[in-house]
Amino acid sequence: MRARVFVTLKASVFDPQGKTIADALHSLGYEAIDEVRQGKYFELDLKTTEAEQARALAAEVADKLLANPVIESYRIEVD
Amino acid sequence: MPSGAGREGTGGGGGAPPQSKKMKFAVVVFPGSNCDEDAYHAVTDVLGQHAEYIWHKDTDLKGADVVILPGGFAHGDYLRTGAMARFSPIMREVERFAARGGPVLGICNGFQVLLEAGLLPGAMLRNDNLKFRCEHVYIRVEQTDTPFTLACRRGQVLRIPIAHGEGNYFAEPDVIARLEANRQIVFRYTDAAGDVRETANPNGSKAAIAGLCNEARNVVGLMPHPERACESVLGSADGLLIFESVVAALKTGAFGGSTGPALQTVR
Repeated sequence: MRARVFVTLKASVFDPQGKTIADALHSLGYEAIDEVRQGKYFELDLKTTEAEQARALAAEVADKLLANPVIESYRIEVD
Repeated sequence: MPSGAGREGTGGGGGAPPQSKKMKFAVVVFPGSNCDEDAYHAVTDVLGQHAEYIWHKDTDLKGADVVILPGGFAHGDYLRTGAMARFSPIMREVERFAARGGPVLGICNGFQVLLEAGLLPGAMLRNDNLKFRCEHVYIRVEQTDTPFTLACRRGQVLRIPIAHGEGNYFAEPDVIARLEANRQIVFRYTDAAGDVRETANPNGSKAAIAGLCNEARNVVGLMPHPERACESVLGSADGLLIFESVVAALKTGAFGGSTGPALQTVR
Protein backbone atom coordinates (compact mmCIF):
# COMPACT_ATOMS: atom_id res chain seq x y z
CA MET A 1 0.00 0.00 0.00
CA ARG A 2 0.96 3.60 -0.38
CA ALA A 3 0.09 6.24 2.16
CA ARG A 4 0.26 9.92 1.30
CA VAL A 5 0.68 12.31 4.21
CA PHE A 6 -0.04 16.02 3.66
CA VAL A 7 1.33 18.21 6.44
CA THR A 8 0.30 21.87 6.60
CA LEU A 9 0.54 24.62 9.14
CA LYS A 10 -2.58 24.89 11.27
CA ALA A 11 -5.06 27.60 10.29
CA SER A 12 -4.11 29.61 13.38
CA VAL A 13 -0.44 29.72 12.32
CA PHE A 14 0.81 32.47 10.03
CA ASP A 15 2.60 31.01 7.00
CA PRO A 16 5.21 33.51 5.80
CA GLN A 17 6.30 31.27 2.92
CA GLY A 18 2.72 30.91 1.69
CA LYS A 19 2.27 34.67 1.95
CA THR A 20 5.43 35.29 -0.10
CA ILE A 21 4.31 32.79 -2.74
CA ALA A 22 0.89 34.49 -2.91
CA ASP A 23 2.61 37.88 -3.30
CA ALA A 24 4.73 36.47 -6.14
CA LEU A 25 1.65 35.08 -7.89
CA HIS A 26 -0.09 38.43 -7.54
CA SER A 27 2.89 40.18 -9.07
CA LEU A 28 2.65 37.69 -11.97
CA GLY A 29 -0.90 38.87 -12.54
CA TYR A 30 -2.79 36.04 -10.80
CA GLU A 31 -5.10 38.30 -8.87
CA ALA A 32 -7.69 35.51 -8.78
CA ILE A 33 -5.58 33.65 -6.26
CA ASP A 34 -6.54 34.89 -2.85
CA GLU A 35 -4.29 33.04 -0.44
CA VAL A 36 -1.59 30.35 -0.50
CA ARG A 37 -0.74 27.89 2.27
CA GLN A 38 2.28 25.68 1.70
CA GLY A 39 3.33 22.50 3.44
CA LYS A 40 5.06 19.13 3.19
CA TYR A 41 4.09 15.98 1.36
CA PHE A 42 5.28 12.48 2.22
CA GLU A 43 4.78 9.24 0.27
CA LEU A 44 5.13 6.16 2.42
CA ASP A 45 5.48 2.81 0.69
CA LEU A 46 4.22 0.23 3.13
CA LYS A 47 4.60 -3.54 3.34
CA THR A 48 1.01 -4.06 4.41
CA THR A 49 -1.83 -4.71 1.96
CA GLU A 50 -4.51 -3.69 4.46
CA ALA A 51 -5.77 -0.13 3.96
CA GLU A 52 -6.71 0.37 7.60
CA GLN A 53 -3.34 -0.89 8.77
CA ALA A 54 -1.66 1.45 6.32
CA ARG A 55 -3.70 4.39 7.53
CA ALA A 56 -3.00 3.58 11.18
CA LEU A 57 0.72 3.25 10.58
CA ALA A 58 0.86 6.50 8.60
CA ALA A 59 -1.01 8.28 11.39
CA GLU A 60 1.36 6.86 13.97
CA VAL A 61 4.50 8.12 12.23
CA ALA A 62 2.82 11.44 11.42
CA ASP A 63 2.06 11.93 15.11
CA LYS A 64 5.49 10.78 16.19
CA LEU A 65 7.75 12.45 13.64
CA LEU A 66 6.34 13.86 10.40
CA ALA A 67 4.20 16.60 11.94
CA ASN A 68 4.52 18.78 15.02
CA PRO A 69 0.99 19.08 16.46
CA VAL A 70 1.82 22.45 18.02
CA ILE A 71 2.01 24.11 14.61
CA GLU A 72 0.94 21.53 12.03
CA SER A 73 -1.97 19.30 11.10
CA TYR A 74 -1.99 16.45 8.59
CA ARG A 75 -4.25 14.55 6.25
CA ILE A 76 -3.70 10.96 5.05
CA GLU A 77 -4.71 9.28 1.80
CA VAL A 78 -4.21 5.55 1.28
CA ASP A 79 -4.29 3.58 -1.95
CA MET B 1 32.90 12.02 16.03
CA PRO B 2 33.43 15.72 16.73
CA SER B 3 37.04 16.75 17.01
CA GLY B 4 37.01 17.28 20.73
CA ALA B 5 34.73 14.50 21.84
CA GLY B 6 35.80 12.95 25.09
CA ARG B 7 38.17 15.79 25.88
CA GLU B 8 37.90 17.09 29.41
CA GLY B 9 38.41 20.79 30.00
CA THR B 10 40.31 22.19 32.88
CA GLY B 11 39.67 25.85 32.31
CA GLY B 12 43.29 26.77 31.72
CA GLY B 13 43.86 30.45 31.19
CA GLY B 14 40.49 31.75 32.22
CA GLY B 15 39.85 34.87 34.22
CA ALA B 16 37.77 33.10 36.85
CA PRO B 17 39.21 32.79 40.34
CA PRO B 18 40.33 29.36 41.55
CA GLN B 19 37.56 27.39 43.17
CA SER B 20 37.55 24.49 45.52
CA LYS B 21 35.10 22.51 43.38
CA LYS B 22 34.50 23.18 39.74
CA MET B 23 31.11 22.67 38.21
CA LYS B 24 30.86 20.12 35.45
CA PHE B 25 29.05 21.08 32.28
CA ALA B 26 27.91 18.46 29.78
CA VAL B 27 27.89 19.85 26.23
CA VAL B 28 25.74 17.50 24.16
CA VAL B 29 27.01 16.99 20.61
CA PHE B 30 24.55 15.99 17.90
CA PRO B 31 25.63 15.32 14.32
CA GLY B 32 25.37 18.84 12.95
CA SER B 33 25.98 20.72 16.19
CA ASN B 34 28.34 23.59 15.43
CA CYS B 35 28.33 25.75 18.55
CA ASP B 36 29.47 22.95 20.87
CA GLU B 37 33.07 24.18 20.87
CA ASP B 38 31.99 27.77 21.52
CA ALA B 39 30.02 26.61 24.55
CA TYR B 40 32.94 24.46 25.71
CA HIS B 41 35.33 27.41 25.33
CA ALA B 42 33.04 29.77 27.24
CA VAL B 43 32.57 27.32 30.09
CA THR B 44 36.21 26.27 30.45
CA ASP B 45 38.51 29.03 29.21
CA VAL B 46 36.35 31.98 30.20
CA LEU B 47 34.32 30.73 33.14
CA GLY B 48 37.01 28.44 34.53
CA GLN B 49 34.74 25.42 35.01
CA HIS B 50 34.89 21.82 33.79
CA ALA B 51 33.18 20.74 30.61
CA GLU B 52 32.83 17.50 28.74
CA TYR B 53 31.42 16.72 25.33
CA ILE B 54 28.68 14.10 25.40
CA TRP B 55 27.95 12.38 22.08
CA HIS B 56 24.25 12.15 21.28
CA LYS B 57 24.37 8.34 21.22
CA ASP B 58 25.74 8.23 24.75
CA THR B 59 23.33 7.26 27.48
CA ASP B 60 25.17 8.79 30.42
CA LEU B 61 25.69 12.45 31.34
CA LYS B 62 28.76 11.40 33.35
CA GLY B 63 27.83 13.18 36.54
CA ALA B 64 27.29 16.60 34.99
CA ASP B 65 25.95 19.44 37.11
CA VAL B 66 24.63 21.37 34.10
CA VAL B 67 23.57 20.26 30.62
CA ILE B 68 23.97 22.47 27.56
CA LEU B 69 22.27 21.66 24.27
CA PRO B 70 24.32 23.80 21.88
CA GLY B 71 23.45 25.56 18.66
CA GLY B 72 23.87 24.19 15.17
CA PHE B 73 21.83 22.05 12.85
CA ALA B 74 21.29 18.77 14.67
CA HIS B 75 20.69 15.97 12.16
CA GLY B 76 20.84 18.65 9.48
CA ASP B 77 17.56 20.10 10.71
CA TYR B 78 15.96 17.88 8.08
CA LEU B 79 12.19 17.64 8.41
CA ARG B 80 11.99 20.30 11.15
CA THR B 81 14.58 21.91 13.40
CA GLY B 82 15.22 19.66 16.36
CA ALA B 83 12.70 17.05 15.26
CA MET B 84 15.12 14.15 14.95
CA ALA B 85 17.48 15.15 17.76
CA ARG B 86 14.61 14.56 20.11
CA PHE B 87 15.00 10.83 19.47
CA SER B 88 18.75 10.71 20.17
CA PRO B 89 19.52 8.29 23.02
CA ILE B 90 21.09 10.99 25.22
CA MET B 91 17.77 12.85 25.28
CA ARG B 92 16.24 10.20 27.53
CA GLU B 93 18.96 10.98 30.05
CA VAL B 94 18.53 14.75 29.56
CA GLU B 95 14.81 14.29 30.30
CA ARG B 96 15.60 12.38 33.49
CA PHE B 97 18.18 15.01 34.51
CA ALA B 98 15.63 17.79 33.92
CA ALA B 99 12.92 15.90 35.82
CA ARG B 100 15.25 15.69 38.80
CA GLY B 101 15.60 19.48 38.73
CA GLY B 102 18.99 19.64 37.02
CA PRO B 103 19.69 22.85 35.10
CA VAL B 104 19.42 22.47 31.32
CA LEU B 105 20.21 25.26 28.85
CA GLY B 106 19.17 25.01 25.19
CA ILE B 107 20.84 27.56 22.95
CA CYS B 108 19.35 28.26 19.49
CA ASN B 109 19.10 24.80 17.91
CA GLY B 110 19.29 23.42 21.45
CA PHE B 111 16.20 25.50 22.27
CA GLN B 112 14.48 24.05 19.20
CA VAL B 113 15.38 20.54 20.39
CA LEU B 114 13.88 21.28 23.83
CA LEU B 115 10.65 22.42 22.14
CA GLU B 116 10.44 19.35 19.92
CA ALA B 117 11.20 17.12 22.90
CA GLY B 118 8.36 18.69 24.84
CA LEU B 119 10.66 19.89 27.63
CA LEU B 120 9.49 23.42 26.82
CA PRO B 121 6.10 24.41 25.33
CA GLY B 122 5.55 25.77 21.83
CA ALA B 123 7.34 25.41 18.49
CA MET B 124 9.51 27.36 16.08
CA LEU B 125 8.41 28.65 12.69
CA ARG B 126 10.42 30.18 9.87
CA ASN B 127 11.34 33.77 10.66
CA ASP B 128 8.43 35.94 9.54
CA ASN B 129 10.77 37.85 7.22
CA LEU B 130 12.02 34.51 5.77
CA LYS B 131 15.60 35.65 6.29
CA PHE B 132 18.39 33.95 8.20
CA ARG B 133 19.18 36.64 10.77
CA CYS B 134 22.78 36.83 11.95
CA GLU B 135 23.37 39.93 14.05
CA HIS B 136 23.59 41.30 17.58
CA VAL B 137 20.22 41.91 19.21
CA TYR B 138 19.06 43.22 22.57
CA ILE B 139 17.14 41.01 24.95
CA ARG B 140 15.60 42.02 28.26
CA VAL B 141 15.83 39.73 31.27
CA GLU B 142 12.26 39.22 32.43
CA GLN B 143 12.82 36.71 35.22
CA THR B 144 15.79 36.22 37.52
CA ASP B 145 14.58 33.17 39.44
CA THR B 146 15.95 30.66 36.96
CA PRO B 147 19.39 29.04 37.27
CA PHE B 148 20.52 30.86 34.12
CA THR B 149 19.45 34.39 35.06
CA LEU B 150 20.22 34.45 38.78
CA ALA B 151 23.14 36.85 38.27
CA CYS B 152 21.12 39.26 36.12
CA ARG B 153 18.97 42.16 37.19
CA ARG B 154 15.31 42.03 36.27
CA GLY B 155 14.84 44.32 33.28
CA GLN B 156 18.55 44.20 32.43
CA VAL B 157 19.19 44.53 28.71
CA LEU B 158 21.78 42.16 27.27
CA ARG B 159 23.43 42.52 23.88
CA ILE B 160 23.82 39.03 22.43
CA PRO B 161 24.08 37.73 18.86
CA ILE B 162 21.48 35.64 17.09
CA ALA B 163 22.02 33.37 14.06
CA HIS B 164 18.91 31.54 12.94
CA GLY B 165 16.35 31.10 10.22
CA GLU B 166 13.71 29.47 12.40
CA GLY B 167 13.40 31.45 15.60
CA ASN B 168 9.82 32.62 15.19
CA TYR B 169 8.39 31.33 18.45
CA PHE B 170 4.82 30.15 18.25
CA ALA B 171 2.30 28.91 20.77
CA GLU B 172 -1.46 29.24 20.87
CA PRO B 173 -2.83 32.28 22.76
CA ASP B 174 -3.89 30.19 25.76
CA VAL B 175 -0.35 28.82 26.04
CA ILE B 176 1.16 32.31 25.80
CA ALA B 177 -1.25 33.46 28.52
CA ARG B 178 -0.13 30.58 30.71
CA LEU B 179 3.55 31.40 30.08
CA GLU B 180 2.86 35.00 31.13
CA ALA B 181 0.90 33.95 34.23
CA ASN B 182 3.59 31.49 35.31
CA ARG B 183 6.37 34.03 34.55
CA GLN B 184 8.00 31.55 32.16
CA ILE B 185 9.03 34.14 29.59
CA VAL B 186 12.64 34.68 30.59
CA PHE B 187 13.91 36.91 27.74
CA ARG B 188 12.19 39.24 25.29
CA TYR B 189 13.58 40.99 22.23
CA THR B 190 13.74 44.72 22.88
CA ASP B 191 15.55 47.78 21.62
CA ALA B 192 18.71 49.01 23.35
CA ALA B 193 16.59 50.90 25.87
CA GLY B 194 14.73 47.73 26.83
CA ASP B 195 11.44 48.58 25.14
CA VAL B 196 9.55 45.88 23.25
CA ARG B 197 9.08 47.13 19.69
CA GLU B 198 8.07 45.40 16.53
CA THR B 199 11.24 46.64 14.84
CA ALA B 200 13.34 45.05 17.60
CA ASN B 201 11.80 41.61 17.08
CA PRO B 202 14.07 39.90 14.55
CA ASN B 203 11.85 36.94 13.68
CA GLY B 204 8.21 37.59 14.52
CA SER B 205 8.16 35.63 17.78
CA LYS B 206 4.88 35.79 19.68
CA ALA B 207 5.08 38.15 22.68
CA ALA B 208 8.65 39.00 21.53
CA ILE B 209 9.80 35.79 23.21
CA ALA B 210 13.55 35.23 22.93
CA GLY B 211 13.73 32.64 25.68
CA LEU B 212 11.60 30.82 28.21
CA CYS B 213 11.70 28.28 31.00
CA ASN B 214 9.61 25.31 32.07
CA GLU B 215 7.22 25.46 35.01
CA ALA B 216 9.88 24.08 37.35
CA ARG B 217 12.18 26.86 36.01
CA ASN B 218 15.28 24.61 35.70
CA VAL B 219 15.04 24.15 31.91
CA VAL B 220 15.76 27.31 29.92
CA GLY B 221 15.90 27.78 26.16
CA LEU B 222 16.84 30.88 24.21
CA MET B 223 17.52 31.69 20.57
CA PRO B 224 20.40 34.17 21.11
CA HIS B 225 23.90 32.77 21.63
CA PRO B 226 25.29 33.78 25.05
CA GLU B 227 28.34 31.55 24.48
CA ARG B 228 29.34 33.84 21.60
CA ALA B 229 29.18 36.88 23.85
CA CYS B 230 31.39 35.98 26.79
CA GLU B 231 34.44 38.11 25.97
CA SER B 232 34.49 41.80 25.15
CA VAL B 233 36.84 41.11 22.24
CA LEU B 234 33.85 39.41 20.60
CA GLY B 235 31.78 42.58 20.84
CA SER B 236 29.94 41.79 24.05
CA ALA B 237 30.54 39.92 27.29
CA ASP B 238 26.90 40.05 28.38
CA GLY B 239 26.39 36.35 27.72
CA LEU B 240 28.77 35.45 30.50
CA LEU B 241 26.03 36.41 32.99
CA ILE B 242 24.03 33.39 31.83
CA PHE B 243 26.86 31.00 32.64
CA GLU B 244 27.87 32.80 35.85
CA SER B 245 24.25 32.53 36.93
CA VAL B 246 24.20 28.76 36.80
CA VAL B 247 27.47 28.48 38.70
CA ALA B 248 25.97 30.71 41.40
CA ALA B 249 22.71 28.74 41.33
CA LEU B 250 24.51 25.44 41.80
CA LYS B 251 26.41 26.81 44.77
CA THR B 252 23.12 27.48 46.51
CA GLY B 253 22.33 23.78 46.24
CA ALA B 254 18.95 24.55 44.74
CA PHE B 255 19.64 22.56 41.61
CA GLY B 256 21.01 19.27 40.52
CA GLY B 257 18.76 17.09 42.61
CA SER B 258 15.29 16.76 43.97
CA THR B 259 16.20 17.52 47.57
CA GLY B 260 17.34 21.13 47.27
CA PRO B 261 15.15 24.03 48.32
CA ALA B 262 13.21 25.96 45.70
CA LEU B 263 15.33 28.68 44.17
CA GLN B 264 12.91 31.38 45.27
CA THR B 265 13.76 30.67 48.88
CA VAL B 266 17.47 31.18 48.46
CA ARG B 267 17.59 34.34 46.34
